[in-house]
Amino acid sequence: MNSRPEVATRAEVLLMPEIKQPNGLIGTPFRRVDAVGKVTGRTLYADDLSFPRMVFMKLLRSHVPHAEIVSIDTSAALALPGVLHILTGKDMPEPFGILPVSQDEHALCLDKVRFVGDPVAAVAALSEEAADAACKLLRVEYRALSTIAGYDDALDPSKDLIHSYGDDRNFHKKLSMRFGDLDAGFAEADTVLEDTVFFEGNTHLPMEMHACTAVPEGDGRVAIYSSTQTPHYLHKALTKVLGIPASWIRVIATTNGGGFGGKTDPFNHEIAAAKMALVLGRPVRMSLSREEVFMCHRGRHPTLMRIKTGFKKDGTITAQHLKTLLDGGAYGSYGVASTYYTGALQCVTYKIPTYQFDGARVWTNKPPCGPKRGHGTPQPRFAQEVHLDKAAHQLGIDPAELRLQQLQPAGAVTANWLKIGSMGLEQCIRAVLDGSQWKERRGKLGFGRGLGIACGSYLSGAGLPIYWNHMPHSGVQLKLDRSGGVAVFCGETECGQGSDSVLAACVADVLGLALTDIRLCVADTDLTPVDLGSYSSRVTLMMGNAAIQAAERAKELIAPVVAAELGVPVGRLVFADRRVFDAENPACGRSFAEAVVMAESKLGTLGTTGSYTPPRAPGRFRGAGVGPSPAYSYSACIVEAAVDATTGLVRVSDVWIAHDVGRALNPVLTRGQVEGSIYMGLGEALMEESAFRRLPKKLSNALVHKFPNMLEYKSPTFLEMPRIHTTIVEEPDANGPYGAKEVGQGPLLPVMPAVANAIFDAVGVRVDQVPIQPWMILKALQEKQRGGAGRFGPAKFPEVDYGPALHVPTPTEGGDGKARNAEEIGIRGGTMSETRKESR
Amino acid sequence: MLRLPELEFVAPSTVADAVKMLAEDPQGTRILAGGTDLVPNLKRRHQHARRLLSLGRLKELRGVSGDPERGLRIGAMTTLRALLRDGALQRAWPGFLTAVRSISSPVLQSMGTLGGNLCLDTRCTYYNQTEEWRSAIGYCMKEVGDTCWVAPSSSRCWAIAASDSAPLLMAIGARVKLVSVRGTRELSLEEFLLDDGIRYLSKEPDELLTEVILPPVANWRATYWKLRRRGSIDFPVLGVGTALRLTDQGKVAEVRIVLGAVGSAPLRARGAEAVLAGRELSEAAVLEAGTAAQEVATALDNTDFTMVWRRQMVPPYVAGTLRELGGLPRVGLIGADGLEC
Repeated sequence: MNSRPEVATRAEVLLMPEIKQPNGLIGTPFRRVDAVGKVTGRTLYADDLSFPRMVFMKLLRSHVPHAEIVSIDTSAALALPGVLHILTGKDMPEPFGILPVSQDEHALCLDKVRFVGDPVAAVAALSEEAADAACKLLRVEYRALSTIAGYDDALDPSKDLIHSYGDDRNFHKKLSMRFGDLDAGFAEADTVLEDTVFFEGNTHLPMEMHACTAVPEGDGRVAIYSSTQTPHYLHKALTKVLGIPASWIRVIATTNGGGFGGKTDPFNHEIAAAKMALVLGRPVRMSLSREEVFMCHRGRHPTLMRIKTGFKKDGTITAQHLKTLLDGGAYGSYGVASTYYTGALQCVTYKIPTYQFDGARVWTNKPPCGPKRGHGTPQPRFAQEVHLDKAAHQLGIDPAELRLQQLQPAGAVTANWLKIGSMGLEQCIRAVLDGSQWKERRGKLGFGRGLGIACGSYLSGAGLPIYWNHMPHSGVQLKLDRSGGVAVFCGETECGQGSDSVLAACVADVLGLALTDIRLCVADTDLTPVDLGSYSSRVTLMMGNAAIQAAERAKELIAPVVAAELGVPVGRLVFADRRVFDAENPACGRSFAEAVVMAESKLGTLGTTGSYTPPRAPGRFRGAGVGPSPAYSYSACIVEAAVDATTGLVRVSDVWIAHDVGRALNPVLTRGQVEGSIYMGLGEALMEESAFRRLPKKLSNALVHKFPNMLEYKSPTFLEMPRIHTTIVEEPDANGPYGAKEVGQGPLLPVMPAVANAIFDAVGVRVDQVPIQPWMILKALQEKQRGGAGRFGPAKFPEVDYGPALHVPTPTEGGDGKARNAEEIGIRGGTMSETRKESR
Repeated sequence: MLRLPELEFVAPSTVADAVKMLAEDPQGTRILAGGTDLVPNLKRRHQHARRLLSLGRLKELRGVSGDPERGLRIGAMTTLRALLRDGALQRAWPGFLTAVRSISSPVLQSMGTLGGNLCLDTRCTYYNQTEEWRSAIGYCMKEVGDTCWVAPSSSRCWAIAASDSAPLLMAIGARVKLVSVRGTRELSLEEFLLDDGIRYLSKEPDELLTEVILPPVANWRATYWKLRRRGSIDFPVLGVGTALRLTDQGKVAEVRIVLGAVGSAPLRARGAEAVLAGRELSEAAVLEAGTAAQEVATALDNTDFTMVWRRQMVPPYVAGTLRELGGLPRVGLIGADGLEC
């Protein structure tokens, strides 16, 4: 592509195609389609399923952090009564991984283990107790390798390598991208601020622990019922590892009892259960313990960050340079994408004219990190929003004003080539300022009580799929029944967020039906068209558009038949109140059921499809694939906190939050997602941490999760919940169904920095890391008392060679979206098509 | 899912039968009261039993008797929920119910018993883990290993006394009654609870705790302040049980300050008590006592929060209990169970 990509002006945005208007149901607080089943306990989760002749599987997991497997002796375990079969790594040697560039996992470890919890063998038995007892009889001989516990070990060249691929020793990924003339940007600044910030890892903590049941279906076929957010990707991984045709494998995602990103990877237990079912010819159930859920992890990456920004006297940002260093744990997972995400969304809220992002991910002998709500963006968002707060104080500008004066306009293309659609952050900020009486109350609450503000933005679906293809990201099929019911088929996966309800409501709204007329068949790879899964806040936008298209096509089938019958022009027909009628004479019409009978009599069996593919993003450099989205949501948050200066204990009393969701398809569901985000955000801000214990090196190699249970891994209870004041801002986006954007993840982002900023306002000290613990506040207060800066946080950022930076001119500089020096530094173009290093 | 090991279950209906059954295999029997701690411990395989002896049918061990003037007697199987509803207790020792109210969560209070809370196994984040987790560290001294990972050069186990009722009961001078086939004896809580993470009770394996005896109130007042992460569910990382009696002139006649969760038993802060003896409860005296109390606290890295900070919390929490009992104005935002703001 040589021509310049399209950059829409504000006027062009306003001229975009008309946004679809609701038809009675959308926009109302309709009851969730799964509500009754869930509150009465009738909903069947994966662990509730039972099949005749079902057996139970357990995984033996490594109890050493890093070692070669010398031998596995299964004889004693196999001899135990009730034990049916044992699988080990050699039974499934084909590697898998969620990203094509990180095929580094095995269903069961092949030749080495990489963390305490890495699965080594799978045992099937007639009872869970027997399987468990058999695991204890398995004898595994290991040859120990050095334990890599964190950044220091990972950067130490004397340590053993965790993987034989990657960018450099225990670096999984390194990247550097420069957008525009950074030096000129910094030269233009009156003040340059630098901060080193740390975001500790944390985990999803879904209420439901992962479970699956694999059922052999004869002729070598197998069905897997699993609590997964991504049945399609699981289907692909199963196909690869089991080595049988994809059409022989059926994945059914059961209702997830929460996921938050923790069920978006294909997992060892799912693949091993499927294999076991094929071997035994019997259904196999595998339900994880809570501790095993902590071992599966894929949670928030611990991330150390160095952020440097140039400001003019009036607060205008001239340049930003962000460095991130992610502790990835033992496997790739989504890590390459996570690494890119730690720098991808820095420019979508405020105008940052020149920007450099250096990111790296290291491997350590800990459960693999991956995508948790906000995927890679909460860490740099925390850094940025705390950093801006400091800048505002230094420059003597109201932190809210500093933000308001440089918001990205709707339709802008950022320095790193992300195209923004609708943008309601200004309304969001004004809503929380009004709600909290910011102007009147800030700085006037007395020592020990404070207000802090922060903002955020998130994707409404990743612009690219995980594996390269040009097919739709979401597909919906409708089958219209003579009874007037409509069956909706879609691969989307309910993980508690309400996607089933959104799917049913979009179809019902377009066709003028009631929710009870809709029968859903979802998340079944045999029966439903592909939807890529419940991740990246993509479902409402992508599935919603596909559902609307399918429903509109159904109208197009029915309307002409009814119009002819009634003698009314097609254009005058209305679908509403479960009828099809003449807009000018509502009495003239047919019930929807009659209309379907008429259409089916004339046309034969009625069915339609709809699908959605995101628009192409303007960036054309390697790495441009992470960050683009059809639409961006925006949030602003103000936190009021009380801090006890003798203990450092914090209590958040109020949270004002405003979220630009484009259009609330259901205001109650929207609010639920906002409030859930605040709950999770407060946990990340003040409590939750994936902490590890490295035993004294002279005595032990051990490296274990400090407390893989829900008693000691602290997450707030509802006693800790503050008053929440939610405002839903609706700035419809032309790409969204009815203008809707995401709400599942975005509202989390501003919570953590707003808490940190509120603590500063309360007691005048900065804690530049989360979770913010009371002793950190106390230390900062004591330091301040001694005349110090009153800061607690990481002291330094290690020397990391990120490699040569890709130079990409910005849209303002007249760039074409391509890198200037890709050839020169040996980086191929494209997006996620990384070159794999040769094994060393 | 974690499952219970196979075990024998017996449920006698009299104390006499219970102690007889207990004497049959004292080492292999675990006494099941509310089970809120024992059952998960059995599932994680760090407590073991051939036989579970349930006290669930022992009606004689449920309930509160006596009166505030002569002293109250509480059956060991009285649930925490029942204690909270007991009017006589509320009038006599409201501070005791403050401690009871802070135990775990309302749901577990319906199952958990006072006897169970007093006999609560000492806790440690190297120990309260699954079998798989413990195998990854090579186990610890409290179990089959030989190292205390909290203090690897130490010859003793540093697991924490995590009962919320014990510090307060020790402060007010409560006693416990133990019954076995060999006879009956009464111990003070200081005699009953030992500062050793492994042998944390002086109760012999064949003895059954049947009763907790509260002394006459006689102008004593007591309170309990608890430090923990969340407002429910969590065990204490510091508990302060303080009881005192003032003279008619408002001077401290007697005071007992007991620290929980900073040792393997609740620990008397005798230095702090000495600071207060004969003095008025002024703000200065309260602060001095708080600082003095710190010396007995051994906070280690085997529970929530950091050890340095937990030890730093002793003065404000001790001072908090004394201010409350002395009617002094509150300082800062901390209250009996978390921030009050």
